[in-house]
Amino acid sequence: MSARQPVRIEPRAGVGLFVRQAFTITGKDLRSELRTKEALNASVAFSIVILVLFSFAFDPLASEQVEEFSGGLLWLVFTFAGALLLNRSFVREMQNDCLDGLLAAPISAAGLFLGKALANYALLMAIEFVSLPVFGLFYNVRWARQFWPLVGILLLGTWALTVIGTFFSALTVNLRIRELMLPTLVYPLMIPALMSAMTLTTRLMSGHPLGPDESLPLRMLVAFDIVFTLLSVAFVDTVLVG
Amino acid sequence: MNGANPDRVPALDPVNALDVENICKYYGDFAALRDIGFRVSRGSTVALLGRNGAGKTSLLRIVAGLSKPSQGTVRVLGADARQESARRRIGVLGHGISLYDELSATENLMLFARLYNLEEPRKRAHAWLERTGLERVRDGLVREFSRGMRQRLAVARAFLHEPDLLLFDEPFTALDDRAIALLQDLLAEAHAQGRTIVMSTHQLKEALELATHVALLRRGQIAYFGERRQEMIEDAGWLYRTFED
Repeated sequence: MSARQPVRIEPRAGVGLFVRQAFTITGKDLRSELRTKEALNASVAFSIVILVLFSFAFDPLASEQVEEFSGGLLWLVFTFAGALLLNRSFVREMQNDCLDGLLAAPISAAGLFLGKALANYALLMAIEFVSLPVFGLFYNVRWARQFWPLVGILLLGTWALTVIGTFFSALTVNLRIRELMLPTLVYPLMIPALMSAMTLTTRLMSGHPLGPDESLPLRMLVAFDIVFTLLSVAFVDTVLVG
Repeated sequence: MNGANPDRVPALDPVNALDVENICKYYGDFAALRDIGFRVSRGSTVALLGRNGAGKTSLLRIVAGLSKPSQGTVRVLGADARQESARRRIGVLGHGISLYDELSATENLMLFARLYNLEEPRKRAHAWLERTGLERVRDGLVREFSRGMRQRLAVARAFLHEPDLLLFDEPFTALDDRAIALLQDLLAEAHAQGRTIVMSTHQLKEALELATHVALLRRGQIAYFGERRQEMIEDAGWLYRTFED
């Protein structure tokens, strides 16, 4: 093919094109991060260090006591590690004015946002699955007794963290104190989702299945994910194109 | 326009490539652009001139849909500048190269080919790498490229999807001789194909040789907009002396 040959546009349009463009952004972000490992290494190292340091404060033989705060501890670690990762999400686009290139391209801001959010989601999930065995080892907790329900809660809670974090990463990308602003804005908004995820994770870590008592936090988590995904998608164009 | 390619999306506006009406842009209390209005017909090449801080970049960013005006409207080929149908037809080359250092030259161009929904993105990317003389380093990471190579790759990115409207912000700045020659060739070819070009620049000689029209910005306002005149080419300073000082 020669550069002088006329360009041909694929007939794909609508949802198919939207999904393909979003996954193109996801692939680009994952490839970039896996090559540099800037945010990934920092987040994984941070998670492990925090888990190890906290383990010194508790008696690892008192596994019942540990199970009671396991959800809280894990989600705090995931949230702090997530802030490190999510901060980089749009900062990466500032180098060489890459964000301008993306905004000038015919991809909707929603597609761009969801593509980046999916990449962050995959990376955060990877960090969590590295952290869980470390947690089990240092706190003497059999964390996989309710493995699949736990995976479900991790998926829901991590999406809540990802969607809010990616949105505010876009909002704060031009601020000089973005490293401070992102957690300051994200953590208060995350409280309902975090409380739900902590409650549900604690229950599952203690080996019990989710029962009727857990239906409220579960519904809260699902509602949080839906509402904040829709809000982020609706407002991201306004945030990105000032 | 672009008669070489009848398969493209139908034209949205048969006459004007660009309609700018009463654009104002404020950064806080500072008015970067005040009541800017002009029309650019299809096939024109507009040299957007003005001193530093005159508002050239602000105007180009608004036209490219990268920034929203505080007031006024911009129609690109008949559509709102932020509509995807308009952006599909715009090629932008700004101050930054808009390329990812940690991706290879091919990966960068394929990324944009996919975002523009082009068929055979890899072949398209390789064709443009060949055109810009980068085929030997097509799998090299952009961070390992020299400044001139990065600029040529940025030019390839801007032309990759054969845009009907080219918006270039100081495209000759920091280019090496080879990249300048390449860009001049591509701009001349684009003009011959009937594409519309709007470029801001401080290189008056190069710009005026290519331009059919000239827009001069002065402190955020249009000081002159019209056809390029012969005296502008003969004496590049004439424009500034006549309309600015």
